[in-house]
Amino acid sequence: MATLAAPLDHALSSRGPTATLLRKLFGRKIVLVGVAVIAVMALAAVAAPWITPYDPIALKVLDRLQSPRAAHWFGTDELGRDVFSRVVFGARYSLMISALVVVISVAAGVLLGLAAGFFRRLDAPLMRVVDAMMSFPDILLAIALVAVLGASMTNVVIALAIVYTPRVARVVRASALVVRELLFIEAARALGISTWRILFIHVLQNITSPILVQATFIFAYAILAEAGLSFLGVGVPPALPTWGTMIASSQQYADHAIWLALFPGIAIVLSALSLQMVGDGFRDLLDPKLRKAL
Amino acid sequence: MIRYLASRLAGMVIVMLIVATLVFIITRLAPGDPAAVMLGEQATAGDVAKLRGTYGLDRPLPVQFAYWLSELAHGNLGQSIFLQRPVTQALAERAEPTFFLTVFALGIAMLIGIPCGIVAAVWRGKAVDQVFSAFAMLGASIPSFWFGLVLMEIFAVGLGWFPVAGYGDPGVPLSDRLYHLILPAIVLGVVNSALILRFTRASMLDVLGEDHIRTARAKGMSEARVVLHHALRNALIPVITVIGLTFALLIGGAIVTETVFGLPGVGNLVVSAVLRRDYPVIQGALLVIAGLYVLINLAIDLLYLVIDPRVKY
Repeated sequence: MATLAAPLDHALSSRGPTATLLRKLFGRKIVLVGVAVIAVMALAAVAAPWITPYDPIALKVLDRLQSPRAAHWFGTDELGRDVFSRVVFGARYSLMISALVVVISVAAGVLLGLAAGFFRRLDAPLMRVVDAMMSFPDILLAIALVAVLGASMTNVVIALAIVYTPRVARVVRASALVVRELLFIEAARALGISTWRILFIHVLQNITSPILVQATFIFAYAILAEAGLSFLGVGVPPALPTWGTMIASSQQYADHAIWLALFPGIAIVLSALSLQMVGDGFRDLLDPKLRKAL
Repeated sequence: MIRYLASRLAGMVIVMLIVATLVFIITRLAPGDPAAVMLGEQATAGDVAKLRGTYGLDRPLPVQFAYWLSELAHGNLGQSIFLQRPVTQALAERAEPTFFLTVFALGIAMLIGIPCGIVAAVWRGKAVDQVFSAFAMLGASIPSFWFGLVLMEIFAVGLGWFPVAGYGDPGVPLSDRLYHLILPAIVLGVVNSALILRFTRASMLDVLGEDHIRTARAKGMSEARVVLHHALRNALIPVITVIGLTFALLIGGAIVTETVFGLPGVGNLVVSAVLRRDYPVIQGALLVIAGLYVLINLAIDLLYLVIDPRVKY
């Protein structure tokens, strides 16, 4: 923990560019609100077993389809399960799946993007593959991949990571192409620093901001896509309480139990919205055209 | 110009070849024997062997790929296993609702996105800009299937203004069938208007900062004339790009929306193919949709040439 905290602490206390950026970022209301909402949701997901009044999978058929009331804030579902507890537990699955998608697609996208941006010979072939992959609509490619790999949580993560890797690769390549031409890279080369070190230390360090912006948006897209896959019945198994599976199974009861779809839907909108707010605020800050105007 | 066109076409062919390769690889990623997977658990060994023979699945992968490509070149996307008919025919039969849904949704997205984007840019930083920007962000955060369910509940089930689901029989008049598409198109259009709104706003802001706008204002031209006559024309050119992007989003969105509203379109076909593991249909749909996307992007780049005299290749 100390090793993680130290650089952040240093960054915040010093007046370097990172500190200024962070201060400006958190000085924007929209970013602060977004971060706060996501933090609350993530905390609730972690603390789910302690803050939920009921077991999310405990069946109580006698209490089925109760509308929201004091005993069940968000009502109960067709099997008498507490919807509030399921929405909070759903955050665990939905946020974890999306976070894993972000980690894998960023790692793979950085590798591909750096390779394309730094090694001229690899650029054209790699980017053509990226172009081809981006000509499939996200959800179509994801359902095709899940169809082939089989519906499971791991395969949903793999499929969505494959879908979003090209987006990261494009951003990394574009940024790496600019950084590659900068003087300090030439200086590093002249000093005899190895290509790997230049790539993963010097170049990567200078393109983290656009990667972070992209990662925030991918997080939001992945939440929406995972829910979409589950809704279509090609996502995680219906037994797992993700927000998408909850909406999917609510369809039959939509006429007289709208709360079943309402609350997980609001959870999806809130999490995707707050992530986009953070990403937007961050992007505006990095955009030199807008930065002058702010 | 001709050189540019030739290089673009060559690039397109290469991307389509890679798309075809990816589609082939994706459907061969399935663990185990694809024939056994396609036929399901109840199939006998004889059935599996027969299917393997029919599709050449018993031959080496490069041979299979070469055969598949040559069939593609002849416009043959294969035979649907479940529907017992050519994939091209299955896709063509389902094209109507998807086509109209996508076109209507694009129209709605443009009708919302372009005027709101202009207003947001002209009154930048004012309340109306903030409201529209918030709307854009919300639109990009709402799952279309959930929005569809909510609207269906309110306007179809509750108020009875629209049919709840379905598309009407093929025998009913086209207008009746299209009536079934209004609510789904609103859902898809509203959700996807966000991108157009943001893009129009950004493009309009760029143009409003240019010298010729300052000149027009200095000449004493009315603000309405400056915005509508001088700025809008130039600002809308880059917006065309985003319409291509929106098209891809709309096709993806249509897959989900069709399922919500029970529309018998291509999206619905793909989802049922996925559930039945009907690989030839999945392959065919992936290829056709990616091909459409590549073609539309090419068309947009060419359109640029026609409408923007500054763009020369």
